[in-house]
Amino acid sequence: MKLLGCIAVLTTLAGAAVAAEIPQAERRSGYSFMTADTEAMQDEDTANPGMLWVLDGEALWKRRAGAADKACADCHNDARASMKGVAAHYPAFEKTLGRPVDLEQRINLCRTNHQQASPFAYESRDLLALSAYVARQSRGMPIEAGSDPKLAPFVEKGRELFMQRQGQLNLGCINCHDDNWDKKLAGSAITQAHPTGYPLYRLEWQSLGSLQRRLRACITGVRAQAYDWGSPELVELELYLMSRAQGMKMEAPAVRP
Amino acid sequence: MAIITSFAAALLGLPWTAAAQGVRPYSVVGDAVPESLTGTRGDAARGRALLVERASTCILCHSGPFPEQKFQGDLAPNLSGSGGRWSEGQLRLRLVDASRLNAATIMPSYYRVDGLNRVGTSWRGKPILSAEQIEDIVAYLATLRD
Ligand code: HEC
Ligand code: HEC
Repeated sequence: MKLLGCIAVLTTLAGAAVAAEIPQAERRSGYSFMTADTEAMQDEDTANPGMLWVLDGEALWKRRAGAADKACADCHNDARASMKGVAAHYPAFEKTLGRPVDLEQRINLCRTNHQQASPFAYESRDLLALSAYVARQSRGMPIEAGSDPKLAPFVEKGRELFMQRQGQLNLGCINCHDDNWDKKLAGSAITQAHPTGYPLYRLEWQSLGSLQRRLRACITGVRAQAYDWGSPELVELELYLMSRAQGMKMEAPAVRP
Repeated sequence: MAIITSFAAALLGLPWTAAAQGVRPYSVVGDAVPESLTGTRGDAARGRALLVERASTCILCHSGPFPEQKFQGDLAPNLSGSGGRWSEGQLRLRLVDASRLNAATIMPSYYRVDGLNRVGTSWRGKPILSAEQIEDIVAYLATLRD
């Protein structure tokens, strides 16, 4: 009996040693794990609830704000041309800060520096609307974030955060999203965690939500302390996930269960 | 290497005592914790009810003989027959600290508070399950004999 137990332990050990990154050819968007109904909801603009935020964002793009009394459009003109492909490069290196900022932080830097307005709160309707509108202009384009050599140390930090075990359940992102993405956690598909569609509409949230919101939910899920909104750690995780998804197509605003 | 060491310790049957606060001391003998954490037997019916609750987290990963449960995981072995495969003491160690048997396991240690990283404030310093809850689940698992 004891011997049998030992053999079982050894077999599991061998099985657990695989832990490898997902090969290029096997990478799949969260989209491909969904039912046909949910896919159709994402594909049809008239059925995609995220488009309501995109429309709000378009209005905000043209609205003047702050002490400078300037609209985004006063500096950037038509977003359909000037913002094409931009979201596919975020998080991007910000010289004045010496570190990467995500799209929401970039929008808030424009608010404070160029519009002289107060920054929007994380997950506020206005910030989600503007980031959805900007991200929408990259739909169908390949993700290119993380290729700037200045970002290399931050990508590496994000990778370490992805691998670290944490929380009362003592799990790392990698345990689910690299090692078990073809399996089910209490009935729901574990995806490969490619952030192709953010901000996205989640049926469970009944709302649009940012990538930071998703990451905080997974961190709380393993009963760890969620990093603060806008913290360097969350941006590094976002950056690592985006660079891990290089070449995959942008889907924002996506729909997820 | 760490795996080998703890594995060797398990083979040699060295007893080990949990020093941390928040959990009562227990002894590991071989690959088992032979004695009840509470000194009494658990209640199998309570154990079953607890095991299928989302908060106990078991069926996030495991499936088992729970036909009424729509959402079960498939990250881990089916629990049917575990009482036939393992003694109560072996089941107890698997719940208390599965990482002592397989350092790379994804199964959380249900009765451990030390050696963890960044635990959220509402969970800090507490094991995932209490000694009583573990005994109830062990009593239930022991009834699963295929
Ligand atoms: C115990 C398993 C588990 C762990 C650990 C985990 N996740 Fe997840 N994650 C899931 C599941 C299941 C989903 C999809 C279902 C859902 O959204 O709830 C998901 C969804 C995601 C998504 C959304 C993908 C999409 O298509 O929109 C991202 C991004 C993500 N996780 C990143 C992370 C990161 C980063 C970590 C670590 C900080 C992490 N996850 C830890 C289980 C996990
Ligand atoms: C995050 C995933 C996860 C969770 C949650 C989890 N387990 Fe496990 N469990 C595993 C894996 C994987 C194994 C296989 C052996 C190993 O990796 O150590 C296992 C093995 C077992 C075994 C031995 C099975 C056999 O027949 O060999 C038992 C019994 C068990 N778990 C019971 C439980 C109970 C009871 C709970 C909840 C209190 C639980 N597990 C929670 C992942 C999990």
